[in-house]
Amino acid sequence: MDLYEYQGKQFFATYGIPVSPGEAVRTVDEAVAAAERIGYPVVVKAQVQVGGRGKAGGIKLADDVHQVRTHSEAILGMDIKGHTVEVVWIELASDIAEEYYASFTLDRSAKQHLGMLSAQGGVEIEAVAESDPDALAKIWIDPVDGLTEEAARAWVAAAKLNPDATEGTVDILRKLYTAYTEGDADLTEINPLILTPTGAVHALDAKVTLDGNSVFRHPDYEQYEATQVRDEREQAAHEKGLQYVGLEGYVGVIANGAGLAMSTVDIVNQVGGKPANFLDIGGGANADVMAGALEVITNDPNVRSIFINIFGGITKGDEVANGIVTALGRVDITVPIVIRLDGTNADAGRAILEPHLSAKLQLAPTMVEAAEAVVAAAGARS
Amino acid sequence: MAIFVDEKTKVVYQGLTGSQGRFYGLLNRDYGTQVVAGTNPKKAGTDVDGVPVYASVADAVEATGATVSCIFIPAPGVKDAVIEAAGGGVKLIVAITEGVPAHDEAWFFNKLKRDFPDVQLLGPNCPGIISPGKCNIGITAGHIAKAPVAGKPNVGIVSRSGTLTYQALYELKLNDIGVTTCVGIGGDPVPGTSFIDCLAAFEADGDTKAVMMIGEIGGSAEEEAAAFIADKMTKPVVSYVAGVTAPAGKKMGHAGAIVSGGKGTAAAKQEALQAAGVRVGQNPTEAGTLMVEVVNGL
Repeated sequence: MDLYEYQGKQFFATYGIPVSPGEAVRTVDEAVAAAERIGYPVVVKAQVQVGGRGKAGGIKLADDVHQVRTHSEAILGMDIKGHTVEVVWIELASDIAEEYYASFTLDRSAKQHLGMLSAQGGVEIEAVAESDPDALAKIWIDPVDGLTEEAARAWVAAAKLNPDATEGTVDILRKLYTAYTEGDADLTEINPLILTPTGAVHALDAKVTLDGNSVFRHPDYEQYEATQVRDEREQAAHEKGLQYVGLEGYVGVIANGAGLAMSTVDIVNQVGGKPANFLDIGGGANADVMAGALEVITNDPNVRSIFINIFGGITKGDEVANGIVTALGRVDITVPIVIRLDGTNADAGRAILEPHLSAKLQLAPTMVEAAEAVVAAAGARS
Repeated sequence: MAIFVDEKTKVVYQGLTGSQGRFYGLLNRDYGTQVVAGTNPKKAGTDVDGVPVYASVADAVEATGATVSCIFIPAPGVKDAVIEAAGGGVKLIVAITEGVPAHDEAWFFNKLKRDFPDVQLLGPNCPGIISPGKCNIGITAGHIAKAPVAGKPNVGIVSRSGTLTYQALYELKLNDIGVTTCVGIGGDPVPGTSFIDCLAAFEADGDTKAVMMIGEIGGSAEEEAAAFIADKMTKPVVSYVAGVTAPAGKKMGHAGAIVSGGKGTAAAKQEALQAAGVRVGQNPTEAGTLMVEVVNGL
């Protein structure tokens, strides 16, 4: 789950990480009221989950009430790389002496946590990593040990920050690590982490990704579920509990298992088609799940044909076939469907589908042949 | 021969009294696996269809000599279950459960490495392990796997994806190729057992003549496996990597299957594997066909 900046800052604040006082608002009047409470100057920041907000004009400094009004009018509703700004964050402007970068994430290869700290903040960290790798001080942390103060100190020294920033940075890094681990985050990133002219260190931005698998011990994370950026199709699938990713094409894809679904998307591309989605209905594949999947797929106006790719394992092919037949009776489908059914009891399953076959409902023996048939079926209608 | 598990392996099921544990535990027993015990602190002394239930893994190990534990505990309890199993004296822990938080996985991976270096973890979020004809631990449908045939070139399978594992077993069965062992390492960010662990075991196993390796987008496990294959493997490897056309930044079903910052793409993985001499199929069927060619050439 990706958090917006304002959510990330509120998340940081609960772990004692210093952030600027601010408020998240949805209207110009609310923006003005917030600025009046906070005091000037304020920064009006567009809340979108995409980089390059500043360049797009989504971050503006306001010295007075008129500027807050003008800037929030311009920014609310603005389109930034396909994301519409619905919320702006109004915060007290900070004096900046220096800008740093700090983050924690999981290094899947080392199977330890990776902390990264740089004296070159406020820019794309990937660019720093490429142009000046020595400017990025890295620390690998064994999750069993955690980040000790001693290790944090040595790490800050290695990053060669301004000595005035040492104490504040050590403190923030330890709190950021706690937020990362106790908060079950995939990523906690501060860019920039700033040193002010008076020697204070604090987080001027917040990028946080939380692990959706941890919601059982963080019931408050439900609030972030509601603000996830999903297209309409993804939202509908999410409500049905289906694993769905929207794509740009016109062949609807349903498969049982994440790997098989990925493979199905690949094979549609390989035979010259364009998949409309990735959809994993899991191992069970009963009539209810299948009907839900078909509803989600057919609600996408770009879909011109549907590829159902099922491999029977524990769930037998005949059970899946019965599920498909029942689901087809419940969902009104106008586009052609091609089914590939293989694995356990596949013959019995195909026999169940046999009487229902037509130009609109075909059965293909292999994944490749099914992909070719479903792409051809999509073309025939367009 | 097989790797990790065979007909002598005795298995205790943590969560045997739950619906999933009971369903798959008894299916595994029907297959021929020595399902010797279940655990549940509240139901010690009872049984599940004749399989005795003990209060803890330690009790089960003492009473039955089990060397492997299979975990069907819901995600919130997996962290404790893994440590209980390791402390209880088993040598292999097969964690089937999906949805385990990544921080728990990173923690118990490092905890095992430090305090229980001889204990191997497989999973979480994996289909389990099957040595066809001998032992099936987890959720794979045993009858889609062909047992190895003496005197013929049999192959090993290692995979990050469940359904593609089944697909691979099935393709090989259709082509009359026996499988020594098929290991599903799981699709999570911190798998207990890596491709390399399995490749090394297959390389050392006399009956395994070639290996099918099924990867997917995300992380760098396939690239690391490619380096191992180039350096250490004499046996031929055939591979398929799912997610060639996956969009960046989207989790494709599995927690670990995500292309981020241009890293973890299927194309990069295929290139690394090909450079290591691995034959890479563009889909599971093509990989199956390539394996037939490899086996026929042995």
